[in-house]
Amino acid sequence: MTRRSSAFAIETSGLVKTFGDERAVDGIDLTVAPGTVYGVLGPNGAGKTTCVKMLATLLRPDAGEARIFGQDVVREAQAVRSCVSLTGQYASLDEDLTGAENLILLGRLLGHGRSAARARAEQLLDAFVLTKAASRQVRTYSGGMRRRLDIAASILNTPDLLFLDEPTTGLDPRSRNQVWEIVRAIVAQGTTVLLTTQYLDEADQLAARIAVIDHGRVIAEGTNGELKASVGAGSVHLRLRDAAQRPEAERLLGACLNVPVQRDADPLALTARVSGSQGESAGQASRALAELARSGIAVDNFSLGQPGLDEVFLALTGDSAQHAEGAAA
Amino acid sequence: MSETVTKTEPVSRPDARAEESATVSAETLARLLLAHERPPRPSALAASTAFGWRAMLKIKHVPEQLFDVTAFPVMLVLMYTFLFGGALDDSPQEYVQFLLPGMLVMSVVMITMYTGIAINTDIVRGVFDRFRTLPIWRPSPMVGYLLGDMLRYAVASVVILTVGLILGFRPAGGVLGTLAGVCLLLVFSFAFSWVWTMLGLLLRSEKAVMGASMMVVFPLTFLSSVFVDPGTMPGWLQAFVNNSPVTHLCEAVRGLMAGSWPSTEIGWVLGWAGLFVLIFGPVTMRLYGRR
Repeated sequence: MTRRSSAFAIETSGLVKTFGDERAVDGIDLTVAPGTVYGVLGPNGAGKTTCVKMLATLLRPDAGEARIFGQDVVREAQAVRSCVSLTGQYASLDEDLTGAENLILLGRLLGHGRSAARARAEQLLDAFVLTKAASRQVRTYSGGMRRRLDIAASILNTPDLLFLDEPTTGLDPRSRNQVWEIVRAIVAQGTTVLLTTQYLDEADQLAARIAVIDHGRVIAEGTNGELKASVGAGSVHLRLRDAAQRPEAERLLGACLNVPVQRDADPLALTARVSGSQGESAGQASRALAELARSGIAVDNFSLGQPGLDEVFLALTGDSAQHAEGAAA
Repeated sequence: MSETVTKTEPVSRPDARAEESATVSAETLARLLLAHERPPRPSALAASTAFGWRAMLKIKHVPEQLFDVTAFPVMLVLMYTFLFGGALDDSPQEYVQFLLPGMLVMSVVMITMYTGIAINTDIVRGVFDRFRTLPIWRPSPMVGYLLGDMLRYAVASVVILTVGLILGFRPAGGVLGTLAGVCLLLVFSFAFSWVWTMLGLLLRSEKAVMGASMMVVFPLTFLSSVFVDPGTMPGWLQAFVNNSPVTHLCEAVRGLMAGSWPSTEIGWVLGWAGLFVLIFGPVTMRLYGRR
């Protein structure tokens, strides 16, 4: 192993990449602890792929620095290459070759002898349930199979750091779950994973820490919990028995929680954002519920929802993820 | 080509469904990841041969791509022999003695341009990103391509010579002279191809590479001594034609096949070859590193 001692798997400061007038990456600072999944979350065009390409030595930064396990991505590029793998947004496989040939070729390029490369390919195909498709050209593979082969290719030599650039974009839910399982298994063995995604639940599911990026900048960084806490604890949803009582319920709820209350499209429903920590908001909500009962307002259904990362994104960018995506596209 | 893993159960539809829904075993995966052996980097030669092997596999899986080194040259030889044979020489039979070495040079130089297109396709498809993140000798993907292409050029040479022999081409240099001529042609083609690797990396689409390549290859091959003696051309054109690398190559190959040893021309060809590698090799690698 060529890994040099460093406290961080990834360390960047002021990373910049411009394409013409557009600052695709505009001063990104990241630190990623080894052995964790780090999520980079942002809409299309936010600069995620450009950032990953710089870290994987595919693009040269225009300004700033990036180190992978203490090694500079520009000056020590070959050393970095020997400890990282990249699974790009578009499967980086040779479509004309079979699945087995793709893996054998990469095995040879990573320094394995003929028989060792073949043995490793067979093991990987087996582990990724691709043995039956091994001697078929990759062009005949489905999206999920392609992605599995692509990840298999990335762990041919167990990397210290694996970049997964939007690994589940365009996959059906079943394939997506498979990829998630694979990512969990890889991290459990000590590999650090940097995962970019535009799916909020994916970052939520897999990543220990998340950086939200937009227009080439990090606009928020922290654990899932920290990011959620930064927008408030969540929302209270109520469904009343009698629509006529809604104005009264709205007034009471507003007074109790001290926040604006929203009338939903459903004439029986009300929603209120609650602030403060999760413990506090639960207390507030239960007091509000008691208050409603005392005033004789019948509540059929009540829930205290955790804020999703969707709401986090909305709060951070002042725009919904979907909308930002539409604007960037 | 013998290295394919052969699991040859034919894939039926229910099987395809099964592999779709199959779950990846976390335990198997963990065992694999723990087998944490990382062999030393392959040598420059090993990496280049691995890419050469890839080129062979591509020919095996997509044999249609040999069309340009088989049917196309046959068509050229037949066309030009019978089109110009009567006009430029006493008969097609006479003319083919002069034309065939030239046709060989022209066909092979023309098909070298497919290298640039192949590289561009790889970039567009994303497979180059994978290669570029590997800790291997940087020029090896390119060198591997060119090694694979050498086989294509050899196939083209054999095809053209066979057609020539059928049409009555009788090289005085015999087998040895002919072989020497083909070898010189392959050396030149390898060196010249770095122009195409550069274009393949520089331009954005396959069509652009094709267009630019045509602009280079047509004047270069036609404005040479492939078809006629440069002595019949106007002075200004002679100045270009007599100094064109393709003319030198053509004269050298013609000389070798005719049984002489045109050392000056061979020297020129090797000089040009060196120049192409020295100029376009580094430019290619710069573009490869920068992308």
